[in-house]
Amino acid sequence: MQKNDESMSDFEFDVLTEIGNIGAGNATTALSQLINAKIDMYVPQVQMLSFSELAEIIGGAETLVAGILLNLTGDITGSMLFILESRDARRMVHQLMGYVKDGEELFSDLEVSALQEIGNIISGAYLSAISTLTKLTISVSIPSLAFDMAGAILSVPAIEFGKLGDKALLIESKFKDMDVDISGYFILIPTMESYGRILESLGLR
Amino acid sequence: MSKMIKVGMADLNICHAPDAITTLGLGSCVGVALYDKTTKLAGLVHVMLPDSTQVRQNQNRAKFADTGIDYLIEMMVAKGAGRSRLTAKIAGGAQMFAFNGNSDMLRVGERNVESVKRKLNQLRIPILAADTGLNFGRTVEFYPETGDFVIKAVGKPVKTI
Repeated sequence: MQKNDESMSDFEFDVLTEIGNIGAGNATTALSQLINAKIDMYVPQVQMLSFSELAEIIGGAETLVAGILLNLTGDITGSMLFILESRDARRMVHQLMGYVKDGEELFSDLEVSALQEIGNIISGAYLSAISTLTKLTISVSIPSLAFDMAGAILSVPAIEFGKLGDKALLIESKFKDMDVDISGYFILIPTMESYGRILESLGLR
Repeated sequence: MSKMIKVGMADLNICHAPDAITTLGLGSCVGVALYDKTTKLAGLVHVMLPDSTQVRQNQNRAKFADTGIDYLIEMMVAKGAGRSRLTAKIAGGAQMFAFNGNSDMLRVGERNVESVKRKLNQLRIPILAADTGLNFGRTVEFYPETGDFVIKAVGKPVKTI
């Protein structure tokens, strides 16, 4: 999908951007309830990025990140990826589990489950906002977690977007937890048919 | 002073010894390094998709296994590499996320590797070494001085192939 693609007008791009905003807003609320802390959300940044810019935004291709991928079925098909920088992922897991641990050691099995659940809840809230708005049903698979270099994790959505053009749609959702800024990134990867269906359901096509 | 030349996703470049060439964080994409030992000229392409004929938006030749390798050879030959002397080393093509089932999207790493190998075979370019598949990201560096292809992954020892 490209902004300049004939198949998508600027207006339609704006609509999809707004849908992304609403989803991210709902997801932040869910997160706040989950870790039982007040979370302030910044206005999400929605951007169309070239593949080389994509990794740079998250801190470079070799930055260690946690990626949580969900497969979507139903009226909207495709997938959804939620990314947290490893430091932020650790912070959120600790907050959820109620302890603080230092160091860079790998996550325990329990912590991996906690992180999967965080991804599940956040992504579920994001998708449910879109589902309500469009009146389309979206079913979500069990989340799959990967902990690796940002470039490698991002290759998954980049490849899907690569079939359609040379850019990817990234929604950066920054929130403030106590005094600490945490950045989460959503990448919604609907199939081309699903894009059409979203626009149709809103009476725009 | 030798430099390290960076190649981005769906991109390619060439380099002469003593410089080296790298691409960071290969996931399901495949890094194809071609090398002419005699002129010490190397090229690297970061392939994202297996087949340019399956995709309508295919202007970016570096993005696909078939057109990307052709493009890299053209660049190298233009700089004096001997077409018949070229050898290849490849890495990447991982499956980053584990899911049950076998959807096209998840198998893309494997299909990228198959497609790269098929293309290199067609062109009769020998594949001297490969480090592909599994479930982790790789950063690769090619050194035309020695022909070494260095592979780095998170939490794993550095590997030279």
